[in-house]
Amino acid sequence: MNKGNFTILENTPLGKGCFRLVLQAPEECRAEFLPGQFVQISLEGFFLRRPISVCDFEEGRLTLLVKKTGAGTEALSGLKEGDSLNLLYPLGNGFDCSSATSSALLIGGGIGAAPLLYLGKALLGRGVKPTVVLGFNSACEAVLLEDFRSLGLDLHIATMDGTLGTKGFVTDAIREHSLKAGYFYCCGPTPMMKAVRAALGTDGEFSLEERMGCGAGFCYGCSIQTARGPKRVCEDGPVFKKEDLLWN
Amino acid sequence: MELKDTKVTLAGVSLPNPVIPASGTFGFGLELKDSLDLNLLGGISLKGTTLNPRYGNPTPRIAECEGGMINSVGLQNPGIDALVNDKVPALRSCFHNAVIANISGFSLDEYRECCRRADECEGIDIIEVNISCPNVHNGGMAFGTSAKSAAEVTAAVKQVCHKPVFIKLSPNVTDISEIGLACQDAGADGLTLVNTFLGMRIDIRRRSSVIAAGMGGFSGRAIFPIALRMVCQTARKCSIPIMGCGGVASAEDVIEMMMAGASAVQVGAENLRNPFVCEEIVHRLPALMDSLGIDSLTDIIGTVNR
Repeated sequence: MNKGNFTILENTPLGKGCFRLVLQAPEECRAEFLPGQFVQISLEGFFLRRPISVCDFEEGRLTLLVKKTGAGTEALSGLKEGDSLNLLYPLGNGFDCSSATSSALLIGGGIGAAPLLYLGKALLGRGVKPTVVLGFNSACEAVLLEDFRSLGLDLHIATMDGTLGTKGFVTDAIREHSLKAGYFYCCGPTPMMKAVRAALGTDGEFSLEERMGCGAGFCYGCSIQTARGPKRVCEDGPVFKKEDLLWN
Repeated sequence: MELKDTKVTLAGVSLPNPVIPASGTFGFGLELKDSLDLNLLGGISLKGTTLNPRYGNPTPRIAECEGGMINSVGLQNPGIDALVNDKVPALRSCFHNAVIANISGFSLDEYRECCRRADECEGIDIIEVNISCPNVHNGGMAFGTSAKSAAEVTAAVKQVCHKPVFIKLSPNVTDISEIGLACQDAGADGLTLVNTFLGMRIDIRRRSSVIAAGMGGFSGRAIFPIALRMVCQTARKCSIPIMGCGGVASAEDVIEMMMAGASAVQVGAENLRNPFVCEEIVHRLPALMDSLGIDSLTDIIGTVNR
C-alpha cells in the first residue's frame, strides 16, 4: 500500500449522477494496478476515505468512475482539473484473470461496469475476448458503452425500463442472447449479483461492496462470513469466488 | 538540533518513543508490515482478543461522523490460541519494540484465563485489559462502568500475570478517575484511557441506525479534548503510568497528551484515514520538541500548569 497525491486531469459528468475522473499518478508511483483493485480517496471535510474501484490505468493515468451516492462523492464531483487528491493505493485482491482460459462473460450492473473495463483490457492482453453484458435502470444512466465497444468486444445491454437493449435485468439479456462462457466476472448491486449466481451454472467471481473503515485490512470494519471463514471485503476481497459466497 | 530523547517507560518496559497504534486500529501489526517500517513505532497494541474466536457484529460496522467515526466491529478476533501461537511469533520476527496484547472477556474466569495465556507468551511485553468495549453485550464495557467490577477484573488478572497489566478504561462513566483509582488500588500497573464513546447515527431515509448493531463506539479527532481532560483528571488522582488515547492525530496532540499526564500515547481512528500517521508523528517529534525547548519527553509528563 502506498500513499500519494494524484492530480486531476479531467472530471467529466457521465450518465445520470456519475462522473469520470482521470488522475495523473505521482512520479514516484511505481505501483501496478490489477483489474478489480481500488483506491481510497481522502476528501477535505470527511473523516473516512472513499473507496473507488479502478476503471482504467495506462501510462500513469488512473481513471475512476464514480457515482454520486452521498455527500462525499458529491464533494468529489465538484473538484476541478489541477486539484490534488490524496490516495491510498493499490488496495484489494483484484480479479483472477487466469481463471478465464478460453471465454468469459463480464457482467456489470450500473456503476459496477467500471472495474470490468480494465478487466476486459487485461483479458484481451491474455488472448481471451470476453463478452460484455451491462445492466442499467435506464438508457440515461448507461456508462462506458463506447469504451467497451472500442475494445472490439461484443456488448449486450439490459435496462429496467426498456429504453435500451433488453427490457429487464442482465439475466434477461443473458437468456435472450443465449450467452455462454467458460467463466464469468460480475460487479454490481448485491441483488443483481445474487440473481446472476442463481442463473449461471458456470464458475465465476464477484466484486463486492461494503461500508469500509481503513480499506486496507487492519480495522476489520467490512468483514463478511464466507465458506472459508470470516473475510475482509477490502483486503481478502473485494473479489470473491462464487463458491466462497454464502448468499441465499 | 541537539539529539532529542523520545524514550519513555511504561511500568518498567522501555519504548524508543511514546507512539503506539491503539488496539483495533492496526490489526495485529502484520497487516501493515509491508507498508511501513513497524520498528519506528514505540509499541503496538494488538487487536482485542478473547478466549474463543469471534466473528463479531453484522455489517455495516462503520458510520462516518463529523470529526470521527463510529465502529461496531464487536471484537472480531481469532482467539487467544491464534494470538499466542501465530500472530505474536509472526510479529516478533519483524518487530522489536513493545508488543501490547489487548484482552477482552465476558466473565472474570475468561479474563483470567486469557490473560494467563498472554502472560505465558514470550513475545508479549504488556497486557492491556479491555473492560470498555461498547460493542459486545453482557461483558466488555459492563466491567468498566463501575469501580467495583473494574477492581474485580484487575484483581483477577493480577493473580495470574507477571507482566505489567494496564486496564483500558471506558469514558462512558460519571468519573473516570474514580474507576482508575479503583484499578490502581486493586493492583493495576497502569491505565489506558480512553476507549470509544458510545454513539449512534440514523439514516433518516430508512429511519434506521447506520450501524447494523444499532450503536457503536465513537472515536476520532472530535473526542480529543474530552479524552485529554479525562487523562488529566485521572493522572492527578493516580500514580501509575497512563497510556493516553482518544482523537490523537498529530505530534502536537502527543505532546498535549503527555503534558496532561500520559507516559505514552495511543493513536486510534486516525490510522484508518492515514495508516502512515504514527510513522509521520515519530518523524515529526524531534523537530517539534526542539521548537518547544523539550530535550526529553519524560520531562513533560503531567507538567500542565492548571
